[in-house]
Amino acid sequence: MAFVNLKNKEVQAKVVFYGPGRGGKTTNLEYIYNKFRDRIKSDMVSIKTHGDRTLFFDFLPFDIGKIMGYDVKIQLYTVPGQVKYNATRRLVLKGVDGMVFVADSMVEQREKNLLSLKNLQENLTIYKKSIFKIPLVLQYNKRDLEKQGIPVMPLDMMEKDLNSQLKVPYFEASALAGDNVINTLKKIISLTMASLQNVLK
Amino acid sequence: MASDDDRSVTDYTLNQVQLERIEKILDSDLVRSGINSVLMIDMAGNIIAKGDNGKCNHDVYALAALASANFAAVDTMANIVGEDFSLLFHKGEHESIHFSKIWNEFLLISLFGKDVSLGLLRLKIAEAIEKIKSVWH
Ligand SMILES: Nc1nc2c(ncn2[C@@H]2O[C@H](COP(=O)(O)OP(=O)(O)O)[C@@H](O)[C@H]2O)c(=O)[nH]1
Ligand SMILES: [Mg+2]
Repeated sequence: MAFVNLKNKEVQAKVVFYGPGRGGKTTNLEYIYNKFRDRIKSDMVSIKTHGDRTLFFDFLPFDIGKIMGYDVKIQLYTVPGQVKYNATRRLVLKGVDGMVFVADSMVEQREKNLLSLKNLQENLTIYKKSIFKIPLVLQYNKRDLEKQGIPVMPLDMMEKDLNSQLKVPYFEASALAGDNVINTLKKIISLTMASLQNVLK
Repeated sequence: MASDDDRSVTDYTLNQVQLERIEKILDSDLVRSGINSVLMIDMAGNIIAKGDNGKCNHDVYALAALASANFAAVDTMANIVGEDFSLLFHKGEHESIHFSKIWNEFLLISLFGKDVSLGLLRLKIAEAIEKIKSVWH
């Protein structure tokens, strides 16, 4: 539900980072914030618990400049990944235009990725949106762990688990090191903007 | 609220003339009554219209994101206890903040200093909301 302001020629679109708890959603936004600090005029907003876990969401407004004559603001959000926070997760999804699903590559997180993706599909249904139609990018995060000898799932296993039906663009990433974080962001922005094209005439 | 699968646009539409009328209402009814800054946002956190006295430099996009989430949480709490809370108010030492729903789709956020009386302000906000609603008719 991007808002297109015909008066100011401004577009506000919402991109939500989803995925299992501790998968690296907040770390993605932190990397983006640090990387583009000079371009991002606001602070990153995080509503978190004392234990530093996302309680409600993180929020980062990202100005991408002019597209087709419109000033485009992408509002980046993360959801709390923990299972118990489903009610707040739903609230953040309201009006979402594009999604990044951050999957955790650690072998022991396999089941959690599947459950979270299923949960996303259910929560989108509440807003009459389909996971098959919404602009979506998969990010297989924490690939750097392999170098430290921590077992990560092979790419084809993750593809088969998560992307065999969706068939959306994916990236192997390390949000901590910044590998492919910006490519993930660029991809979801371009998919989201493409989905808004017929509105921006 | 129904949303469309294929095209991600808001369910409401506002043309340029309507937006101008709304900003005029915000300015003439609220900013001129002493409100420092006023935002009309939708429940997804988008800023629809805004007005201010030129002396405010708050991060309005962050305010909008937080206010919409906050109100959504309050709404959910209201549902749990079988209530409907249509406004919220927080009083600060220097700046206070007032939130009011416009139907279920929008939120009007008003920031004002201690020189403005809350009674008068409530009245002005209620009037402004009625005028904003009439922009659709
Ligand atoms: N090794 C490694 N750790 C990561 C990576 N991304 C996130 N982490 C760590 O995983 C933990 C959870 O990350 P966080 O961003 O809070 O996850 P969220 O719950 O999805 O928001 C933190 O300790 C991060 O430092 C990554 O790419 N590689
Ligand atoms: Mg987080």
